[in-house]
Amino acid sequence: MTISARNVCWAVDGRMIIDGVTIDVAPGTTLGLLGPNGSGKSSLLRLIGRLRRVASGVVLLGQVDVATLSRNAIARRVALVEQQAMTEAQITISDVVRLGRTPHRGPLSPWNPGDTAAVEDALLQVGLADKRDRLWHTLSGGERQRTQIARALAQTPRELLLDEPTNHLDIHHQLEILALVSRLPATSIIALHDLNLAAMFCDAIAVLQQGRVVCAGTPEEVLTVAMIRDVFGVKAHVECSPHHGKRHIHFLID
Amino acid sequence: MRAGLAALSAVILSLAIGVAVSTGEMAIPLSTVAKAVSNRVLGTGFPLNPIQEGIIGDYRLSRALVAAGCGATLALSGSILQALLRNPLAEPYVLGISAGASTGAVAVMIMGWGGGALSLSGGAFAGAVMAFVLVSLLAAGAGGFGDRIILAGVAGSQLFNALTSTIVTTSANAEQARGVMFWLLGNLGGVRWPDVYLVLPIALAGLGVGLFYARALDAFTFGVDAAAALGIPVTRIRLVLFGATAVTTAIMVSIVGSIGFVGLVIPHAARFLVGAGHARLLPVAAVAGAIFLVLADVISRTIIPQQILPIGVVTALFGAPAFAVILYRARRPQ
Repeated sequence: MTISARNVCWAVDGRMIIDGVTIDVAPGTTLGLLGPNGSGKSSLLRLIGRLRRVASGVVLLGQVDVATLSRNAIARRVALVEQQAMTEAQITISDVVRLGRTPHRGPLSPWNPGDTAAVEDALLQVGLADKRDRLWHTLSGGERQRTQIARALAQTPRELLLDEPTNHLDIHHQLEILALVSRLPATSIIALHDLNLAAMFCDAIAVLQQGRVVCAGTPEEVLTVAMIRDVFGVKAHVECSPHHGKRHIHFLID
Repeated sequence: MRAGLAALSAVILSLAIGVAVSTGEMAIPLSTVAKAVSNRVLGTGFPLNPIQEGIIGDYRLSRALVAAGCGATLALSGSILQALLRNPLAEPYVLGISAGASTGAVAVMIMGWGGGALSLSGGAFAGAVMAFVLVSLLAAGAGGFGDRIILAGVAGSQLFNALTSTIVTTSANAEQARGVMFWLLGNLGGVRWPDVYLVLPIALAGLGVGLFYARALDAFTFGVDAAAALGIPVTRIRLVLFGATAVTTAIMVSIVGSIGFVGLVIPHAARFLVGAGHARLLPVAAVAGAIFLVLADVISRTIIPQQILPIGVVTALFGAPAFAVILYRARRPQ
């Protein structure tokens, strides 16, 4: 397993946000993190990336406890794309993507060809190579999100954590980004709201509710009428899509 | 490109200092300034009018160099704090430093604290550090050394300003009150060579520290979590950089009083010139701050004959319109 959480707990002001979560993500696979708003998806991603410290339990990267690694050592292998990135700074797409090389460079070491290659590759992968000189505040929501994903790719991560990366994207870019992430050799965890997209692109799914994993497994095992009713309070009909062979969910309204 | 920019900056800064030294009630030709500097630094024996040489050596050159060092330090501190706090309104005095320095200086000047052992500068420095510690504790107690520090700084500044006003209104005579006012708005009048030997190394050290952390400052572009996710040890770097800006600013304030506007405006001007990347921004801000304050001092000495305007008044009078122009030129498309 390259990412494991073992009985992880985290609380704010005495309220449990993450309550005994255990998950395992196999190398090179994509885990979809589903759950209602406030179920703890973002918090769990932050605990795995060590941006917050677990109250109890362990997060393992490979076989190593993440608590024993330096910030920089974590950033060299784990990249995080946050839900919303905001800045007032006058910076270009290319400047943002170059930030991804930060953990790989010492304070005074010069920019090297490896850095350039990583940045170029990342820009190409998200389709922003020809817009690299555009300023951040002129970008659409989708372009900003793709820029942040390119920044994460420029970190050349082995593990990629994405917090609702398709939030601001039109359907074309949603499909493109998720196809890209599922194609990458990196092990990924994606917090998602769209159950159908999760079914199409995730190798495994874990469902969070009130900080607990209530159900985990393959999309076929997890995405059931009963789960959708119990966790989201929504009636649904689930079928195997005749077009792509994955689960497809129809939502029903009384 | 980079070497060219550095050379250009050095030439403009030297010229500004040259102009500052040659300008005054007794105008001295630039050539004489150059010869006097050469006599002093290289030991050449150009025959010069000893009065002119004295004015240059004992008075104007040290004054211009301190102005340059202070301008550079304030602009650097402002740039660093604006990046760390992600707030375009951040400036060196946001940490309560100038208010604390004033209180310290006034306590020494009017109430005689320290019993003569503490100089005005010493009192100002002690006050500045005390204010910074108080503001930091308040910010930490309010749940974060980050965004809360601006609010804590506002509270701390108000408190120390009130203390200063209390001391001045209850204890000072008219002469002292005038002296305090002059000091609150900045005053390069008392500057001598020992100040140069303190200010210039500190300005250079500040630039060195800033450049060492330039990439970390870039990583704060999208906030604290984003910086941490890029491998930046956020808490340590904040401590180091808040501490460094506080101490360097406190030293400057204790020597020349609190000169406003430089630390707020010059970083924005520099960003307008070279963009947000700190490896380029910090040196440009330092040089721009140095030039700005050297020229502001020239204006403060010459704009009203026989009288010296406080330099803080000049920086605001000339800086505010310049800032308005920058804001207008850098306006965003709606």
